[in-house]
Amino acid sequence: MTVHNLYIFDRNGICLHYSEWNRKKQAGISKEEEFKLMYGMLFSIRSFVSKMSPVDMKDGFLSFQTSKYKLHYYETPTGLKVVMNTDLGVGNIRDVLHQIYSYLYVDYVVKNPLCNLNETIQSELFRNKLDTFVRGLPFFSARAG
Amino acid sequence: MAIFSVYVVNKAGGLIYQLDHYAPRAEAEKTFGFPLELVLRPHDERVLVAFGQRDGIRVGHAVLAINGIDVNGRYTSDGKDVLEYLNNPANYPVAIRFGRPRLSSNEKLMLASMFHSLFAIGSQLSPEQGSSGIEMLETDTFKLHCFQTLTGIKFVVLADPRQSGIDSLLRKIYEIYSDFALKNPFYSLEMPIRCELFDQNLKLALEVAEKAGPFGPGL
Repeated sequence: MTVHNLYIFDRNGICLHYSEWNRKKQAGISKEEEFKLMYGMLFSIRSFVSKMSPVDMKDGFLSFQTSKYKLHYYETPTGLKVVMNTDLGVGNIRDVLHQIYSYLYVDYVVKNPLCNLNETIQSELFRNKLDTFVRGLPFFSARAG
Repeated sequence: MAIFSVYVVNKAGGLIYQLDHYAPRAEAEKTFGFPLELVLRPHDERVLVAFGQRDGIRVGHAVLAINGIDVNGRYTSDGKDVLEYLNNPANYPVAIRFGRPRLSSNEKLMLASMFHSLFAIGSQLSPEQGSSGIEMLETDTFKLHCFQTLTGIKFVVLADPRQSGIDSLLRKIYEIYSDFALKNPFYSLEMPIRCELFDQNLKLALEVAEKAGPFGPGL
């Protein structure tokens, strides 16, 4: 099991944070382009899913998987989106994504008056805490380094 | 347990077959006095609830009928604008029926081609080498399963999140497609499938798969 990468988007589609741990393939486009493509895909999935659903939804889109990886999605009522790519063996990690939001983002970004809320997160403290948190996850394998 | 619907998408993203197998109805009828406790807004030729949830009426539900008579998109059966009608206090009290809007065939075509590109982006943004497109997409109310053949045709099944045995169902649908659509001399490739035998056998396969229950066959 392994964690590939993590994106945090705000409600306007700005990528607030990106980090990667064990990514073997780059998208072949610049990072800005990749963030736009990723956000566009998630935005379309949200609208796709709300139209396709046969009954009213509560949480909406949770995750998708391909033959090689699984994308986990969590969105807060304020529109902040936490997206984590892992391998296929990882089950439901909604609580982990919620912890990234409530313990890391709220504690080290929202409560930091020097952090501007709608631009890329510059805080070194947030980066370090997030890195330690993700490396400590039970499904973050040691060999990933 | 249920299988909600089946979509077949050709390699260009066009919808060539669609079947709604099971659609749970969620409708609520209520008599209102003036003024209305809900905010209604026109959207895509329908009148939708924009704000205010009560008594089984949810945001996103469409006005289906007024005083028991079905509405025709944004207009009442006698041609008046629904919103204008509901803004006139003289028409109250009024009984309105709300429900989840049904997908029109145009919307289904649009959603199919939307999934076609989502499938491609899912594989492009992969952090691992050699990834396929989206094979399974999960929400709290349904799971979407997709199987792409080597020739690029996608079979998409929407089912209850607990329904199992979908992988074998997708292979079975591929088999039915090869047997009854492709071997039909009147069928031209990449075009919509209008073939009775395909229809019948697909419905049969869906029923068999549903009987497998939540934990799959053999349990």
